[in-house]
Order: sequence, then C-alpha cells, then structure tokens
Amino acid sequence: MNEVLLHAFNGLSLGSILLLISMGLAFSFGLMNVINMAHGEFIMAGAYTTYVVGQHVAPLVGGTEAGLWFLLALPASFLVAGVLGLLLELSMIRFLYGRPLDTLLATWGVGLVLQQAARSLFGASNVQVSSPSWLSGGVALSGGVQLPYKRVFLIALVIACIVAVYTYLHRSAGGRRLRAVMQNREMASCLGVRARRVDAATFALGAGLAGIAGCALTQLGSIGPSLGTNYIVDAFMVVILGGLGRLPGTVVAALVIGVANTLLELSTTASLGKALVFALVIAFLQWRPTGLLALRTR
Amino acid sequence: MYTSGLDVEDRPAAGTSRRRALCVAMAALAGAALLSACGKANEEAPAPGTTPAAPASDSASIKVGVLHSLSGTMSISEVAVKDATLLAIEEINKAGGVLGKQLVPVVEDGASDWPTFNEKARKLVQQDAVAVVFGGWTSASRKAMLPSFEELNGLLFYPVQYEGLEQSPNIFYTGAEPSQQIVPAVDYLLEKGKKRIYLLGSDYVFPRTANKIIKAQLASKGGELAGEEYLPLGGTEVSTIISKISAAKPDAIFNTLNGDSNVAFFKQFKDAGYTADKLPVLSVSVAEEEVRGIGADNIAGHLVSWNYYQTTDTPENKKFVDAYKAKYGATRVTDDPIEAGYFGVYLWKMAVEKAKSTEVAKVKEAVKAGGIEYNAPEGLVRLDGKNQHTWKTVRIGAVRKDGLIDEVWSSGKPVQPDPYLSAYPWAKELAAK
Repeated sequence: MNEVLLHAFNGLSLGSILLLISMGLAFSFGLMNVINMAHGEFIMAGAYTTYVVGQHVAPLVGGTEAGLWFLLALPASFLVAGVLGLLLELSMIRFLYGRPLDTLLATWGVGLVLQQAARSLFGASNVQVSSPSWLSGGVALSGGVQLPYKRVFLIALVIACIVAVYTYLHRSAGGRRLRAVMQNREMASCLGVRARRVDAATFALGAGLAGIAGCALTQLGSIGPSLGTNYIVDAFMVVILGGLGRLPGTVVAALVIGVANTLLELSTTASLGKALVFALVIAFLQWRPTGLLALRTR
Repeated sequence: MYTSGLDVEDRPAAGTSRRRALCVAMAALAGAALLSACGKANEEAPAPGTTPAAPASDSASIKVGVLHSLSGTMSISEVAVKDATLLAIEEINKAGGVLGKQLVPVVEDGASDWPTFNEKARKLVQQDAVAVVFGGWTSASRKAMLPSFEELNGLLFYPVQYEGLEQSPNIFYTGAEPSQQIVPAVDYLLEKGKKRIYLLGSDYVFPRTANKIIKAQLASKGGELAGEEYLPLGGTEVSTIISKISAAKPDAIFNTLNGDSNVAFFKQFKDAGYTADKLPVLSVSVAEEEVRGIGADNIAGHLVSWNYYQTTDTPENKKFVDAYKAKYGATRVTDDPIEAGYFGVYLWKMAVEKAKSTEVAKVKEAVKAGGIEYNAPEGLVRLDGKNQHTWKTVRIGAVRKDGLIDEVWSSGKPVQPDPYLSAYPWAKELAAK
C-alpha cells in the first residue's frame, strides 16, 4: 500500500515540477507563438536570484535556517526573470512576431548570452543554496518510506501558481485584456485595448513564472549556468502535448507525463522510461496533432 | 509548426521593421556566438593537405596548447583544470622555462562539444604547431581527439580519471585508470563488510564500463549486485531511482553519476531520509569542486575515491594549494583533476629535458626509457614507460562538513598503472573486448 502511495506521490511530484517549468512557456510559446529557447535561462535567472537572496538577504531576516528568506526569494525570482523577459520582449521579440522560426534562432542566441553572462557573474562552477529547516526531511511513512517536505511544498506551490494565474486571467481587468488580445487582436484593438502593451506584459508574465520555477528547483537540483538546458525540452514537450494556447491543457499534460514517466521508469530504466514517454507523446500527436485539449481552430 | 488557435496572421504585421528585426536577430546571434566563445566562423580550417608542422617554435619560446571547455556544461569542471595548467606553466617560466625557452600557452575552448574538441586539437597541432596539448575531460572528448593526435603525431596530456581499456601512443594519461581508483574502492567497501552494492551511474561510456568492471570484481570476490540504474546525463529527476534503491536494500551505493545529476541525487537522497551511516555512497566523480555545488551538508560523511585531496599532507601540496589560492582567490578549492592538470606540465617538462627536444617521437622515447618521476602534490608520480599512464597513490576519503575531504584509507605507495586490468584474473573477458 505504501509502495503504491509512494509511486503515486512521485508521479504527482514529477508532474508538478513539469508544470512549474512549462507554465511560463505556455504563455510565451503556447499563447504568443514565440519558440522561446531562452525559457530555460529565465529559469536559471530565477535560481541565481534565489542564490543571491540566500547569500545577502538571508542573514538579515533570521539566517538560512529560518527560511523567511526563501519566501522572499520567490517574488524576487518572479520579478528578476519577469524584468529580463520584458527587456527581451521590448528589444527583440516584438520585431519577430509571426515568424516563429526566427524567434527560435534569436532566443536561442539570447539563451547562450544569458548562460555566458551567468558564468561571468557567478563563475562556471555550480553554486549551492541551502534549504530552510522547514523544508528539510520529510513525512515518514511506515516501512522506511519518506515523503520529502520539498516535494510536498512544490506541489503546494504549483497549486498556488495555477490558482493565481487562473484568477489573473479570469477575474482581473489585465487578464481579460490578455485573453481578448490573444483571441482576436484586431477586435481588441478596435475596442481600445493596447495590444502592444499586452504583448509585453504577457511575455514578462511567462518569464516571471519561469523565475518562480527556478527558485523552487534550487531545492531539488543544481544551480549552474546551464541549469535551464536540463529542463527546456521537457517544458516544450508538455506545452505541445497540452495543446498550444490552452493553459488547462498544459496542466493535464504535465500530470499525464509525470505519472507516465514514473510508471514507465519503474518498470524499465530511467533512460528507457524517458525515451518511451517521448515515443508515446509523438504517437499521440500523430493521432491528435493539436494536443490533449486543443482549441477548435477558427 | 502546426496551426494553433492563434494564427500567424493574428500577430502584428512586421512589414516595415522586417529588415531591422533581422539585423537585431543577427546581431544577437553573432553576440551569442562570440560570447560563448564558440566562434567557429572565425577560424579557418587548415587547408587540406598541409603537412603537419614540426613541433618546434621560435628560438626563445615553445608553444603549448591548453584545450578545455571554457563554456557549456563541462566548464563547471574544466575551467579549474585550465587554471591549474596555466599556473604550472607560469611557475616553470619563472624558473627559467624548458630547455631555456619560455612556454607560451595557446588556450582554446572545447565548448563542451566533442567535435569542437577535435577541431581545436587539429588547429593547435597543425596551425599553432604546439609541442604538446594539455586538455580534455570527458572520455567522449578524448575519444574525439584521439584519431587526430595519432594522425598528426601530436601529444596529449589527459588529466582526468577514466574507464581504462585504452592506450594511445600519442596520449599520456595523468589521471587514474580503474585499477587506481575503482577497483581499490570496491575492495574497500567489501573489506568494510558492505557486500550488497547498488550501482548508480550516468548513462554513457564511463559509468557503463566502470560498472562492467565492478560487476566482474563483485562476482569474483563474494560481493553481491543489489541493482544497477542509469540516469540520463544531466537528469535531475531521481525520486523513482531512490524508490528503487529503497526497495533493493543495499549495504552501499557505488556512484558513477557525473555532473549536475550528482547535485540532484545527493539533495534528494538526504531528503528521502538517508544518511551516510544508514547507507553510504561511494562516488568516483565527486571531488572538492563538485562538493561545493552539491552543498557539503548534503554529502557530508559519504565516501569518495581519488588519488589526491586538498588536505593531502605533503610539503608539495601545501605549496601548490597556497600558490593556487594566491593566484585564483582564497575561496577556490583544489581537487584531483586540477592537481593532475598541474603536475602533467611538470612531467612533460622532465621528459622534454631528458629528450633535449620537444619532438614527439623523442619525448616518447625519453619516457619509454623510464625514470620520469616528479614529487607532485599527491606524492611521487611516475610516467610508466610501457603504457603511458601514471603511477599514483590511491586514497579513499570521507567528505567533511566544511566540504573538504579527509583521507580514510591510502595505498601508501604509488600503484602501478594497469589500464587493461591484466593483473586481475576476473577482468580477462573485459580486456578481451
């Protein structure tokens, strides 16, 4: 019984990580058709922001153990990555709308620049972020099985992000404008929505969400200049499987891939499990090219 | 790209700004290429048919190549090795150079990309006519460069422990081969009563070859294989693997993970409730430099196997650590590959001085005659005349809370290199392949 619970938890937890890293991409790629290869570097920017906050702010707010700093690092990562995204949108992406392949090349270049910038700023070596004491350890179950607090926290964080994004999109004026522009740009413009401004805000929001993912991932993995490259392929896979332009699709896709990956890995090996997930995703897209929950194309 | 709910036509028409946008994109790409120091476009490949230049330089100086990844994922490890190599070159120059000539390092970036390593190696040997190249880290990069060094008759000093079963006439190996790192580490675990061993590695050539060796060794020495798992290189999702390890109930884990996966593994292993007392992990690709990225409190108490630690107690090491920190900053640490990158330059210098020439054939001849040995920071090291590997002392260490590593066992004397494990009857079939 515990075994089953543990594997279900692992699947859910992997799904939550996938959702965290792909939610931002669902905006820039899913909604705006920008093949944003720099998405991984926004994640990295969030991770390094967390590192900086941990180094310089933590001693002021009770030390690394107390962990208040980590709660401050979350919004800080969102802001830093969001501002980077905004700058990228204003300086480059806005010239490239409607040309997805150009955005692929350009953002890939930007990603390299950001990686090398991180190398110059923080050194090529990985850095370390220590965990707040309330995230260390886990809930012990019988039979020596333990559910780490970090994973529980990640699941909670993802749920909080989903609720926040949903509320923003459906309950706020800014969110309504965003949906209006993404659904019908001309009509929205005619009705007085400043479409350009909405573009910039949407892209920045996507980047900011990547920043939050980066902050959370410092608790699980490495923090180095090439951190983003570990996650970028998974993020694209989730968004494509979910269906472009469909945020609920991204949520479902992340959970499906997370659980499928865990189950497949359990019965095979890590490498084979991952390959099988890719194969299944490709097969599924052959059958339904628009993804799990696709919009009916107009 | 398939059509989504948002058609391309929905986007603002970019007509007037098309050319400008193109310029911006091109500029960004060019910038990226420059910054990441790939810069392939800047380099003309040597014209085919050019004869390999004689490995000589002008009368007052000798060019030597330094080829490591200064960008990309492997730069994490390789930048520090490059630094140590340059430190040795600087020290040698201060002390009067080699054969009375100053060494001029030509530093190239392999960019964590194996074809780039090969390209740069060819450039160093053909275009720059360097006398020797110090470089490489991953086995993939070495295997990529190997044919070029053999074809152009260049010379490579390779500073990292590797999986063995190789002996190129144009490569000197200053890192450990399995009998100087992996085999003694497994023996150590067995001696400590850790019979059931779980093998965990990254999915590429080094861990898979190392694990083949370990399995043969376990089978012949009464050990037991508790399980074997490989994580894709760079993978960070280890919760399922930790579940599998829990189910297998091993006495110890032999870890050949490389790079970022180690960070993810040790962080999540600790959160799953495992400590070094409960289930020790012995790693062969985690040194002081990697411990910093993992976080010392996540890996404290676990074991590693190398030939050198920053704490190794020799007068030469004290001098080396001081010089390294003075040059690159007090927060930097030294570790095994860094040290091998450092003393490799000295071994080459001794061979050249013995040969009285930088010509590859003569240098190799001098090594073959034997007696090229040096008091390195790790103790005495000697280039083996027969197999071009290095005699090295083996040390098992335990990670301290402050991130340094304490020696807990040592072979006491340099161990003869045996890249094909010919002295081990159980390894016969491995070497035959």
